[in-house]
Amino acid sequence: MLWQALTLQLGYNATLVAIGATLLGFAAGVTGTFLFLRRRSLVSDAISHATLPGVGLAFIVMVALGGDGRNLAGLLAGSAVTAALGLLAVQWLTRRTRLAEDSAIGAVLSVFFGFGIVLLTVIQTMESGRQAGLDGLLLGSTAGMLRSDALLIAAGGALTLILTLILRRPMIMVAFDEDYAAARGLNIRQVDLATMGLVMAVTVVGLKVVGLILIVALLIIPPVTARFWTDRTERVWLLSGLIGGISGFVGAAISASAPALPTGPIIVLTGFSVFALSLFLAPNRGVLAAILRHVAFQRRVHIRQGLLAIAQGQPIYERYTVRLLHRAGLSRPDGVATEAGRARSAKALMDEKRWEILRAMPDQEAAAALYDGIRPIETVVTSDQLAEIDTYLASPQEVSA
Amino acid sequence: MTSIALASSNGTQTVTDHPDTAPMAIRGMTVSYGQKPVVFSVDATFPEGSMTAIIGPNGAGKSTLLKASLGILRPLSGNVTVFGQPLNSQRHRIAYVPQRASVDWDFPTTVLDVVLMGLSRELGLLRRVRPRHRARALECLDRVSMADFANRQIGQLSGGQQQRVFLARALAQGADLYLLDEPFAGVDAATEKAIIAVLQTLKAEGKTVVAVHHDLSTVTDYFDRVLILNTSKIAEGPVADAFTEDSLQAAYGGRLATAHVAGIPVAG
Repeated sequence: MLWQALTLQLGYNATLVAIGATLLGFAAGVTGTFLFLRRRSLVSDAISHATLPGVGLAFIVMVALGGDGRNLAGLLAGSAVTAALGLLAVQWLTRRTRLAEDSAIGAVLSVFFGFGIVLLTVIQTMESGRQAGLDGLLLGSTAGMLRSDALLIAAGGALTLILTLILRRPMIMVAFDEDYAAARGLNIRQVDLATMGLVMAVTVVGLKVVGLILIVALLIIPPVTARFWTDRTERVWLLSGLIGGISGFVGAAISASAPALPTGPIIVLTGFSVFALSLFLAPNRGVLAAILRHVAFQRRVHIRQGLLAIAQGQPIYERYTVRLLHRAGLSRPDGVATEAGRARSAKALMDEKRWEILRAMPDQEAAAALYDGIRPIETVVTSDQLAEIDTYLASPQEVSA
Repeated sequence: MTSIALASSNGTQTVTDHPDTAPMAIRGMTVSYGQKPVVFSVDATFPEGSMTAIIGPNGAGKSTLLKASLGILRPLSGNVTVFGQPLNSQRHRIAYVPQRASVDWDFPTTVLDVVLMGLSRELGLLRRVRPRHRARALECLDRVSMADFANRQIGQLSGGQQQRVFLARALAQGADLYLLDEPFAGVDAATEKAIIAVLQTLKAEGKTVVAVHHDLSTVTDYFDRVLILNTSKIAEGPVADAFTEDSLQAAYGGRLATAHVAGIPVAG
């Protein structure tokens, strides 16, 4: 069943949902990256909650005008209006008052959401409102998705994505170094508003699939996940888009493969599992890599210290050091060096002295920066440079001889 | 340098010295946080080919003056002209080197990518980064001896190296006016030497350099002009005229142990 879902063989509706969710996930992952880089991810929470009153107002207006209150394009347009108001309210509170951004977000989020819930309750009592199913936009509902809905989502997602890519350079510059960007003539406020406007667009587009409460996850989880794997901005947003897209597709497929699995939450949980895997397994910034690196480093430092102690004829006090040396065949269980241990310790002492000279050489800064107390010097300099270092090493000995 | 000194001692001004055409002229600049002015009614002119140190005690408004004159902060009042023109029409001729602490160094970017930001005017929104752009960025990194670090993540650099990357980014802009905020704060001796060598080369090429500076003992060695600030302007001019014990006393008050400051011409 899941396989059929993943290969788009579960029928028309499931296919529509899967394609929509994939595009949405990709757009949200890329757009969310720039919010994440600007360290303002939580603003998306205020924006998304501020969509709700707009949904209610749009429904009431459309019904009052004699139309179909459930028209998705109309509902999304309404949600965009109040989301923009919420966004401007956060901006204004942060810039013009002493409120910190987190407080402003909290205030705007709860007030707008509360007002939205009131409107939804009122709509429930209206004649035409009973069957509206507006609460589906809270957590997403893909069951009755129409072809036109899917097209709307796909077009909106694609447009947002294109605009985000066009604006990426100014957004990156502002996120990295606001003062420099301002000195270059960028209008920081406008760039920030553009970033958040794009996030708002993704949020509105995503209401039908994942709902307003969970869209935040699609904006935040992919970029933080991508950050585990790379140190380059251009790769973070690309990877983030891919993670978002895959989460959208796989999540939609899983939810289509069984009757009682809600699409939005499953998409978010899929994204979370990619995050959890990255958190532990990523090669550089992952938790496991950090632990392994620490343990390995500690062992090498212990062995190095032990060898230097042997070379200088000092006793080794740490039992862990002795155990490591013994296991490596460099000493006897009581800490007395073996033949191999004495050779290695002489080499270690030599290495240390050469490093000392290298680190004092002004033209060798890049190599000297690699000093960590354990790296063999031959791995960072050429044999010619090593010979040069050794001339310094030799001279004081000649004097003393 | 000599022409400037001559000009000021004669009481006349050369063409580039004149506020109407100087690389940067600030008039009546006042900046306040809340009700408290941090910079009050400051006039200053930075002549072409000069190298000016902005000095003054902590909280004297040195960085604030720099930021306000670049429009990073909005001044309460004041006017800035750059090469005799409004600031916004001349921004491409200005390179700004902010304080190192103003940036999140864990940001996912490499040394080369940071320097490429200096080329953002050429690259625009969509143009691709071509080998010639990379070559230019690398050349700027080489001028501060950082070419070997091009592909490192910026967080792996020492403080001095980070400062040199910022300078390389400014060089990539190919500007005529360089404004630096505490370029020597917390950097190692090798970096300080490298930075001052680059700045002196720029000056020799006729570029104008202005730096917020905190080490009084190096002012006479590094710079030919000073602007002494303590909220309002205390003194401005060639080092020989303005960097006097009297004006330092006026700026720093009792906080200055003058005996420890080398190279100050004693006011006669």
